[in-house]
Amino acid sequence: MAEAEESPGDPGTASPRPLMRDLKAVGKKFMHVLYPRKSNTLLRDWDLWGPLILCVTLALMLQRDSVDSEKDGGPQFAEVFVIVWFGAVTITLNSKLLGGNISFFQSLCVLGYCILPLTVAMLICRLVLLADPGPVNFMVRLFVVIVMFAWSIVASTAFLADSQPPNRRALAVYPVFLFYFVISWMILTFTPQ
Amino acid sequence: MASADELTFHEFEEATNLLAETPDAATTSRSDQLTPQGHVAVAVGSGSSYGAEDEVEEESDKAALLQEKQQQQPGFWTFSYYQSFFDVDTSQVLNRIKGSLLPRPGHNFVRHHLRNRPDLYGPFWICATLAFVLAVTGNLTLVLAQRRDPSIHYSPQFHKVTVAGISIYCYAWLVPLALWGFLRWRKGVRERMGPYTFLETVCVYGYSLFVFIPMVVLWLIPVPWLQWLFGALALGLSATGLVFTLWPVVREDTRLVAMVLLSAVVLLHALLAVGCKLYFFQSLPPEKVAPPPQITSLPSNIPLPPTLPQSMAPS
Repeated sequence: MAEAEESPGDPGTASPRPLMRDLKAVGKKFMHVLYPRKSNTLLRDWDLWGPLILCVTLALMLQRDSVDSEKDGGPQFAEVFVIVWFGAVTITLNSKLLGGNISFFQSLCVLGYCILPLTVAMLICRLVLLADPGPVNFMVRLFVVIVMFAWSIVASTAFLADSQPPNRRALAVYPVFLFYFVISWMILTFTPQ
Repeated sequence: MASADELTFHEFEEATNLLAETPDAATTSRSDQLTPQGHVAVAVGSGSSYGAEDEVEEESDKAALLQEKQQQQPGFWTFSYYQSFFDVDTSQVLNRIKGSLLPRPGHNFVRHHLRNRPDLYGPFWICATLAFVLAVTGNLTLVLAQRRDPSIHYSPQFHKVTVAGISIYCYAWLVPLALWGFLRWRKGVRERMGPYTFLETVCVYGYSLFVFIPMVVLWLIPVPWLQWLFGALALGLSATGLVFTLWPVVREDTRLVAMVLLSAVVLLHALLAVGCKLYFFQSLPPEKVAPPPQITSLPSNIPLPPTLPQSMAPS
């Protein structure tokens, strides 16, 4: 986590600055995810605020408007949370067990930040769903989700693939693919009642 | 010296007897952990090129196994203990998957593909993939059914993901545990071959579940007899792989125990397949019990063309 430095002897004006610094760091990482390049920013200064914000946003947007019956509805808030965080932890453990040289929190940070394209897709889908339902509506949503899914995979692979030896890279990347596939599925099947 | 000669003679006789019964079988020796498989010398029916490749692989594998035995075994509370179960390359995992898809009578999955080095990557991620694919295709089936018939009520049914995950993982870990326990309990009856370790049993079951993944995807085709055909094919492949792997361990036991064990294994596998089919791919969701619509009461969401006569207007 980025350190919150208090300026000495100035308690009144100290608090806004570290918050702005943290927010700027989170925003900078968002940019790095949207335009993935070979850079070490996500790995070097990892933080988990971004993933938390993204996960909460995604889980809130996946809530349906009406109170549906428990059995038949979409994912509950807790289910989304569990899938995202346990999924990320499992992938990180898998990567480390295969012999990757990435630290636990760095990997969580990368996986969490790379949910950003899918959160954007969820936003777009909710807007598109305000229009008439129909096959065109579905095609647009399908296209958006597929593009964002590919973006997430490319972004996370750019950061994670280098940490594995080349003969195991596919083994480490496949669970990431599965993880984002499940999240994309949750987004695509979302229907407000 | 005479007793030693008698023993060797006895062993070869037994081996030739067994070979006479099942010409494709491989003979294995009890001290199988470090020595290469005997079938390079006595196998019939495998191609010569395959045998040559096998010899080269076995030489390097023998060296690797010897090296492993010499290393220290880390305690089970350390991270590197679990790392030893993920010590596989992409090509090895793909090879093991291929081996489970194409079971051959002479080739024991454990000895031949695992080569006494089981991994946990395959079983864990194959189960995860199968659970998610089940939930996703079950949901897709409902979507496609609703397209054909708009009166079906669609809902994401997310709880099925949880059910799929729990049931697949329980099957893939508890059944091998029971099987391993049972085989160890019967260990006294067997002279020739030791039982498989727990991880090898888990590996066998995990990789045998792989063939269900394409089967579940093919179940999207809404033709019922085709679905049952695919199910039977996949179940046959998977169960055959399991039986061929378990047969060398079980055949020295009494005939009754062997038959009961093998049929229990196949039955449980069949139950899993049929259960998946019935729970995730219900042919008709329970809401669809409405009588066929009468001519004077059309569903209100279908827009009427203006040329219809007045009697067909929705009530």
